[in-house]
Amino acid sequence: MSWSCSNYLCLSSSSSSSLVNSNELTRFNRRNLSCEYKEERRKDNDLKRPINISAYNGLKSPSYKLDKAQRRKEHVLKKPNNICAYYSLKPPSYKFDALEPYMSKRTLEVHWGEHHRGYVETLNKYLSKNDVLYGYTMDELIRVTYNNGNPLPEFNVAAQVWNHDFFWESMQPGGGNLPILGLMDQIEKDFGSFANFRQEFIESALTLFGSGWVWLVLKRNEKRLAIATTTNAVTPLVWDDIPLLSLDMWEHAYYLDYKNDRARYANVFMDHLVSWNAVLGRMARAQAFVNLGEPKIPVA
Amino acid sequence: MAFRSLVTGKTLGGLSRFQQQIRGLQTFTLPDLAYDYGALEPAISGDIMQLHHQKHHQTYITNYNKALEQLDDAIAKGDASTAVKLQSAIKFNGGGHVNHSIFWKNLAPTREGGGEPPHGALGWAIDQHFGSMEKLVAKMNAEGAAVQGSGWVWLGVDKELKRLVVETTANQDPLVTKGASLVPLVGIDVWEHAYYLQYKNVRPDYLKNIWKVINWKYASEIYDKECP
Repeated sequence: MSWSCSNYLCLSSSSSSSLVNSNELTRFNRRNLSCEYKEERRKDNDLKRPINISAYNGLKSPSYKLDKAQRRKEHVLKKPNNICAYYSLKPPSYKFDALEPYMSKRTLEVHWGEHHRGYVETLNKYLSKNDVLYGYTMDELIRVTYNNGNPLPEFNVAAQVWNHDFFWESMQPGGGNLPILGLMDQIEKDFGSFANFRQEFIESALTLFGSGWVWLVLKRNEKRLAIATTTNAVTPLVWDDIPLLSLDMWEHAYYLDYKNDRARYANVFMDHLVSWNAVLGRMARAQAFVNLGEPKIPVA
Repeated sequence: MAFRSLVTGKTLGGLSRFQQQIRGLQTFTLPDLAYDYGALEPAISGDIMQLHHQKHHQTYITNYNKALEQLDDAIAKGDASTAVKLQSAIKFNGGGHVNHSIFWKNLAPTREGGGEPPHGALGWAIDQHFGSMEKLVAKMNAEGAAVQGSGWVWLGVDKELKRLVVETTANQDPLVTKGASLVPLVGIDVWEHAYYLQYKNVRPDYLKNIWKVINWKYASEIYDKECP
C-alpha cells in the first residue's frame, strides 16, 4: 500500500486528506470483484491500514465508512485525476500507552494527534500553494526555508514535522539505561564519562529559555559528539550537523504530565524514555559521512 | 544566624532579606492577586491560575533574585565577563516577573468589570486607531496565534508619539525591547503554560475567551497617565 513507499511521501488525491486516500484508490480497483470477496479484502485491508492506530486510540476515526449509495457515487465522481504527493503523519512505532507512566497516553494523543498532525496538515496546505517548495525533499525543504537565519513561514511547520518524527523515534518503551557498544565509547571519548554527558544534557535542557529542543549532535567538521540547544523549530540540520538524539523542551511536551517540573521531565527522559538503540543506529549511519577514526581492532 | 533567617522569612542563597537590605540590594516577592484563583472561570481555569501564579511566576522571581545577587557580586568584584553573562538570565527572569505582574493586573473577574470595554480616552483612541474594539481584538488574536513558540502579545501606547500599538515579544522580553517609549496597557501571555491544561493546543480559543476577563479599567488608568 502507499504507506510502505517511503517515510514521508504518500499518494493522495488533491481534495482528500491522507486518511482517506489509499482506501479510495483500492476501492476503484475492487469495483469489479464480487461482494463476498470484497468483504474479505476490505477486512484484510483494514488490518493492514496503519492509520487505524488513531481509531484504536480513541481519536476521530477515519471517515471512509460511507453508506453503499454514497460510496458508489463517491468513487465515480472522485476519480483521482490530480494525484500529488504530500507529507503524511507517521505514527510512532509503539502504542500510545507504551510509555506510561513516564509519558502518558493523553500526552501522546495530544502531542502527536493534534500538534504533530496540525504541523503536517499546515505543511501540506503550504505546499499545495507553492510549486517551488513542493519539489524539495524534506531535508532540502528545511534548509531552503531556513533561509540562512531568516526563516520563511514554511520553515516552522516543515522543521517541526521533521523534529517530531525524530523525537518519537528517539524514545522507546523500556528505554533509558546506558548506551552500548561504539556509542558508549564515543560518549566516553567526547564527554569524559556517561555521567558527565547526562549532567550536561540535563543542564542544557534546564537552562533553555522558552521553547526549544536539546540535541546530541555529531559535528561534521570537528568529528565529535556535542550537545546543542535550539529555539523554537530550529534543527541542527540547518547548520549541517548530524542530529542523533533530541528532547522536546516545548511546554506542550511535558505540561500535562509534569506541569512546570522540567527537571523531573528531563531526568525521566534520560532514565526511562531515551532509545539508545535508535541513537546507535543513527550514529552508525552518520559514520558513512563522518570519519570518526579507526575502530578498535582487537590484536590477537 | 539560622534563627535570624528563620525569623526574617525568605532566605536567598544563604543571605537573608535583612542582610540584603543592609547591602542595598532590592529583591522581589510574589505579588498577590486581587481575586481568587477560581474567579476567572470559565475563561481561565483555577488550576492554571494557581500553577501560573504560585509556580511559574514564583520561579521567575526566585531566579531573578538569584541572578541579581550574582550580578551584585560580579559588579562589586569588577568581574565584567560574569556580569555580561548574567544578562540573559536577568532579561528572561526579570522580564518574566515584570510581564506577569502586569498580566495579573490585566485580568479581573467578570463581576468586577472584567471584559467590559473601555470608555473614555482609551476607548476613543481604540476606535480611532483600529476602527473598533472588535477589530483590535481580531488583530491581537491573529498576532497572538501567530507567535512561534513562547511569547506575549501586547497592546501598548507609544508615549512619545501618543499612538496605540499592537506588538508581540518573544519568550519573556518586556514590551520596551520593541521600543523604548512603549508602555504596556494590555498583555496576553501566549506561553503554552498559560492555557495548555484547559485549551490544549487550541491557542485561538484561549485568545477568544480571555477577552471576557480583561480588566480595561487598569489599562485606561495607565493610558490616562501616559497620555493626559
